Amino acid sequence: MNSSSFLFQVPIMPEQASNFAFEVDLFYYFLTALTVVFTVAIALAALVFMIKYRRRSNGEVPEQIEGAMKLEIAWTVIPFLITMFIFAWGAKLYYQMYTDPKESLEIFITGKQWMWRAQHPDGQREINELHLPLGRRVKLTMTSEDVLHAYSIPAFRTKTDVVPGRYTTSWFTPTKTGTYHLFCAEYCGTQHSGMIGKIVVMEVADYQAWLRGAPRDATPAEAGQKLFTGLACNNCHLESDGGRGPALAGLFGTDQRLQDGSTVKVDETYLRESILNPGAKLAAGYQDDMPTFQGLVTEEQVAMIIAYIKSIGPRQPGRSAPGANPVTAPPSPAAPPQTATQTTGSGAATKSNQPK
Amino acid sequence: MASEAMNKTEGSVNYLNAATTVKSWLLTLDHKRIGLLYLFAISFFFALGGMFATLVRLELVTPQGDLMSAEMYNRAFTMHGVIMIFFFLIPSIPAVLGNFCIPLMLGTKDVAFPRLNLMSWYVFMIGASLMMYTLISGGIDTGWTFYPPYSSIYSNSQVTIAGVSIFITGFSSILTGLNFMVTIHTMRAPGLTWFRLPLFIWAHYATALIMVLGTPVIAITVLALAFERTLQIGIFDPKLGGDPVLFQHMFWFYSHPAVYIMILPSMGVVSELIANMTRKRIFGYAFVAFSSLAIAVFGFLVWGHHMFTTSQSMYTGAVFSLISYAVAIPSAIKIFNWTATIYKGSVSFDTPMIYALAFLGLFTIGGMTGLFLAALGLDIHLHDTYFVVAHFHYVMVGGAIIGYLGGLHYWWPKMTGRMYPEIWGRVSAVIIFIGFNLTFFPQFVMGYLGMPRRYYAYVPEFQVYHILSSAGASILAIGFVMPVIYLAYSLKYGERVGANPWMASGLEWQTPSPPPTENFTYQPVITHEPYEFEHVEEIKAARKAEEIQMA
Repeated sequence: MNSSSFLFQVPIMPEQASNFAFEVDLFYYFLTALTVVFTVAIALAALVFMIKYRRRSNGEVPEQIEGAMKLEIAWTVIPFLITMFIFAWGAKLYYQMYTDPKESLEIFITGKQWMWRAQHPDGQREINELHLPLGRRVKLTMTSEDVLHAYSIPAFRTKTDVVPGRYTTSWFTPTKTGTYHLFCAEYCGTQHSGMIGKIVVMEVADYQAWLRGAPRDATPAEAGQKLFTGLACNNCHLESDGGRGPALAGLFGTDQRLQDGSTVKVDETYLRESILNPGAKLAAGYQDDMPTFQGLVTEEQVAMIIAYIKSIGPRQPGRSAPGANPVTAPPSPAAPPQTATQTTGSGAATKSNQPK
Repeated sequence: MASEAMNKTEGSVNYLNAATTVKSWLLTLDHKRIGLLYLFAISFFFALGGMFATLVRLELVTPQGDLMSAEMYNRAFTMHGVIMIFFFLIPSIPAVLGNFCIPLMLGTKDVAFPRLNLMSWYVFMIGASLMMYTLISGGIDTGWTFYPPYSSIYSNSQVTIAGVSIFITGFSSILTGLNFMVTIHTMRAPGLTWFRLPLFIWAHYATALIMVLGTPVIAITVLALAFERTLQIGIFDPKLGGDPVLFQHMFWFYSHPAVYIMILPSMGVVSELIANMTRKRIFGYAFVAFSSLAIAVFGFLVWGHHMFTTSQSMYTGAVFSLISYAVAIPSAIKIFNWTATIYKGSVSFDTPMIYALAFLGLFTIGGMTGLFLAALGLDIHLHDTYFVVAHFHYVMVGGAIIGYLGGLHYWWPKMTGRMYPEIWGRVSAVIIFIGFNLTFFPQFVMGYLGMPRRYYAYVPEFQVYHILSSAGASILAIGFVMPVIYLAYSLKYGERVGANPWMASGLEWQTPSPPPTENFTYQPVITHEPYEFEHVEEIKAARKAEEIQMA
């Protein structure tokens, strides 16, 4: 669908292009109908009363009515029940949007005044555009390099704030091919309204073709491994326990016991914090002697290091993804895309529902 | 100006002609004069805020940025929001109508602390002068929400000085709220028990509660922001070790209750208008009175509904959504009771009643669209779009400003001793109603389509809605200019009125218009509940006259 064809039409509703769109719209229609009913009822009642009981003589005092307990109870309880229904429906939808799907195409998004950068699991990068395959669950992990932004795709009915200093996530399944608007929805300064782009949903085959043609760097995990050795992380974080820092293989997704006796789930946010502010949540049994990497690595590099740590994931047999063999040499950047897909499909962020 | 008009007339000494020097106004301790001082100040800010709205609506007629630069546009919408909220809406009804009416309604000479009352005005003017300085020295471009780290580190505009201005202005609000609370507790006339109070007083009591408890939090928040900006203390910016979401919690902890500071007094006004224009006791008086307090209390517990997309925990979101629905119920109760009050009343079609009716319709839409935004899964799509813009303008303009204008017309004869021209009052009320709907209704549709807030340029498919909105805004502007002209005209040429031109029931109508400086020449003693029209002398006289005519 060509976005310029919008020009001379007057749309009323945005396109439904994700798994959430239909139900969000249904909810919206329901609330709109409710609003119309209540507003018309109130306005009509007020107008009819005004005309019917208009003042006919100057000295007139109408008969006084104190109130009516039954009516008060009725118009307290009925709206309350209606609002509880609305609450429950809204909460159910929120729960669906909030709960990360297990298997999904993971894409890393960085917001920066005033552009959106995206990195695909195979290393393809794009700016102010995001190409997606039809019918695949997609999970976006996002952060900002400067101020607050928000990644908003009206056709998908999704929007998530992009916050510096933390990761936020969002997921959806595109259900209709086409080109859709990408807006920054959180005010971010002078060119806020210029921080827009395109979401391109393609048939899976077209998407594969696009992946092959798109400019490609090393996958995030490969780049992360280079950084890991380049920044000398591997001097302390050895392949097995015994280094000055904890061994990282298989750590992701587990519960880490901390110095103060509490535990923390090892997720992206914890890893990011431990890279930038190592003393904040110190693993039990280790000294607070790791230097901070704040200012030495960009947000995208942090994400790459995390992608690498995730890729050296579970090594115990049975828990590992099929065919995972994280210590094999990464493919050369010139490797044919098929190989690249397979490698990342097993090792890096993308899981087994990657089309083969 | 007002006092000059009064001077030429015969008649007794009143608060306007008791002294006419500039000094007598600037050092007055009379709550009525202080109310008028606020009226001049906030009318100026309303006009200024309106000018910025005009700039915004003009720029948005075309999709591309053409009339002004992006920097200028961002300053225009920020100044519109900051001025309208902190320097018009928050002081509007409490500081003007509340100051003027509360002691009159309580049957007392003045507020509890008259000097503090005058000081509140000066504090407000100091804050306002700083905001004018902010404006002249370049303005601010952060949006009225001041979200860091943009506001604390990245913005090159006058954020610090604007923050200090809001910090100072907040004290004016706190002092006014404190004064009202003490006055209502301690200065009621003999016999004026809590359940004999007009609902205007109940609404202002609830408002004062929020002013006193909530305003210190915004003061702390802007101060923390100023410290981060000037001293690089890491509070909100993650680069300095802070948390930007912390700011949002602190900001909305005040700013959500603040919308109730703006709407509750308006609800109080509407209760007076409907009761007195239909000559009926408010249906379910106790429910309407307690719903004001319920709104004030629950209003403090819903701030998190501004942050559903900030990735706060799912359960936090659910709790805030649930309590937000709880706060919708008292508002609904009010709407139903007001509508029921009109039933079998003696309904006047004068301007104040037109405004009350407009309030009923517009506030219902404003409130109902709040249900959309409090719904977790739907707010994800609607957050930060024009749907939000439309919703809060329906509440703030359709609710707060409509109530303010209705109240201003209703008490105008009491304030000035002269009636405004009724026909112009009705015409302008209808023009405002039409212009308002044309301006903001299209924004609901545009918002659902995905048009984000605070966009200087936008994609062409939204243009139709922006043109409708800008056309509506120009009609709305005409509607707002008209009262300025005919109200000023009425100061000199308006028909003189007696103590009670509306044949209303309130205590304020039992003293001459305009009232003497000491409000009452006798000590009123209250023996009956509010809105008992059988006791109104003017109605008895009118009846007698009608009977004679019939005979």
